[in-house]
Amino acid sequence: MNARWATLLILAAVIAVIPWFFPSGYYFRVAALVWVTALGAVGLQVLMGQAGQVSLGHAGFVGIGAYAMALGPKYLGLPVLACLPLGAALAGLIAFLVGRPILRLKGHYLAVATLGFGILVAMVLVSEIAVTGGPDGIRIPRPEIFGWRPRGGEAWYWINGAALLIGVWLALNLQHSPSGRALAALHDSEVAARTIGIDVARHKLRAFVIAAVYGAVAGGLMAMMNGFVTPDAAGFLQSVEYVTMVVIGGLASVPGAVVGAALLVLLPQALTVFHDYEHAVLGLLIMLFMIFLRVGIVPGLASLLRRRSA
Amino acid sequence: MPELLQFLVSGLTVGAVYALVALGFTLIHNASDVVNFAQGEFVMLGGMVTVFAAAAGLALPLAALLAIAVAVLVGLALHRLAIEPARGASAVTLIIITIGASIFLRGVAQIVFDKRFHQLPGFSGNDPIMVLGAAILPQSFWVLGGALLVFAGLFLFLERTLMGKAVLATAANRLAARLVGVDTSCVLALSFGLSAAIGAFAGILITPITLTSFDVGTLLALKGFAAAMLGGMGSPLGAVVGGLLLGLLEALGAGYVSSAYKDAVAFLVILAVLFAMPQGLFGHRGVERV
Repeated sequence: MNARWATLLILAAVIAVIPWFFPSGYYFRVAALVWVTALGAVGLQVLMGQAGQVSLGHAGFVGIGAYAMALGPKYLGLPVLACLPLGAALAGLIAFLVGRPILRLKGHYLAVATLGFGILVAMVLVSEIAVTGGPDGIRIPRPEIFGWRPRGGEAWYWINGAALLIGVWLALNLQHSPSGRALAALHDSEVAARTIGIDVARHKLRAFVIAAVYGAVAGGLMAMMNGFVTPDAAGFLQSVEYVTMVVIGGLASVPGAVVGAALLVLLPQALTVFHDYEHAVLGLLIMLFMIFLRVGIVPGLASLLRRRSA
Repeated sequence: MPELLQFLVSGLTVGAVYALVALGFTLIHNASDVVNFAQGEFVMLGGMVTVFAAAAGLALPLAALLAIAVAVLVGLALHRLAIEPARGASAVTLIIITIGASIFLRGVAQIVFDKRFHQLPGFSGNDPIMVLGAAILPQSFWVLGGALLVFAGLFLFLERTLMGKAVLATAANRLAARLVGVDTSCVLALSFGLSAAIGAFAGILITPITLTSFDVGTLLALKGFAAAMLGGMGSPLGAVVGGLLLGLLEALGAGYVSSAYKDAVAFLVILAVLFAMPQGLFGHRGVERV
């Protein structure tokens, strides 16, 4: 059995088993949030970890996906569920159009351009009060799947868990496909990749579009689960959190993005006890992780295990 | 006409603050290749410490000095405790460390101070001065004058002193600088201290106009970063021009287009500039070595 299937199996087992240990329905809700956030982070991992391109505007696409769930039913009269692929397609199209010029930039310049894009999206969502409801947010109608109306944390736990499993499966497949190898090659050296005949611009753009679609689907699921969305979903801090999840978990690792997302969603939940100290502790932990476990949690643990067994 | 003048002055005032933040980014980036997202927290510290020290009965100039001293200490600690141990890490890792530092500083500020907005009195009163029909706050002159002082001082320091030349040499080539006897780790610490001082100074100057609170740093860091990129990362002149330009664009955008989209105007222009000139206005065209 190769590592890809092992990863999927472990993730499926975790999703299937941990509900046994939940003392209350509240935990389903938190875990459902972990899965859907992880889905967004996995998308960013494709862009950052596999293609090596930084994005400080990932939450912009999450916001586009989330707001599609509210605006589609309201203005186009579509069923909510139909808006999920629609939002994903819209995010993909926008990424395709924006990505073409943006991805020519490198390093910090790319960071500031994606940052600008994310902030523009958030700003439109805040300012167009007549359409988006402004800073107060907007309600999402309850979805209906063949007559079944998912309600409460438990239903969404399984829906989001399944979505994450599919997302991780696709991302792992991508990583080991010719396309994924091309991304790995251009990650190491764009010049070298170009000399062996890889269309660098096309592959980078593809990774950007894939990341956007993941983000939009995650945003759409999150919005449906909450029944509500505010422009904060697209905000800069959210983008930073996604980047942090991917880096803390381990840039090069798809399951790393899941672990990073779990950490960043669960920490604030655990820290609500220390309410006032939440930000100080979160900032401190981010710094400590990055200083002492630079490669990220999953690759760090993996190499530790290898050393033990060797 | 008075309207335009009004927009120009307010744009230059805000722009001067962006320019100071961008200078801080540039100094640290030149010495260490680190993009310090905690730069905005220095501005916050400058404003908040001054407010609280003044409220505790300290004279304003003393409170300001104390604020700068606190910011410099925090800057040095940031370098010593967070950046130095992570030496050799990738650019993204270092960015995340500074983002972590900025969240941490904000969290601590919210515990040590409070979550409310605070204001300082204008240094020479709050009565606007009428110039050609435009009402200009005297504090605007303080901001512009203070910024000018920093620009000139920094220029003299970099061009005329041995230490300044060491900073420039480190920026140009760290290894070569070390070979000719420059203590680069000392230069690095100096850069962090200096940009913390500049940030805090900007925070003190602008607080009478824009108020301050524990979370003003984030947006300022973003704008300062954008300004530095607009000018071309690494060029102090670019940082100043980029900052002033950003401030002007924002003020004109808010005045003539839509105040809700004033930040959007700034970022749209940055995107446009980067598409046309991927290295910013004053950046060097990078030569890629294969």
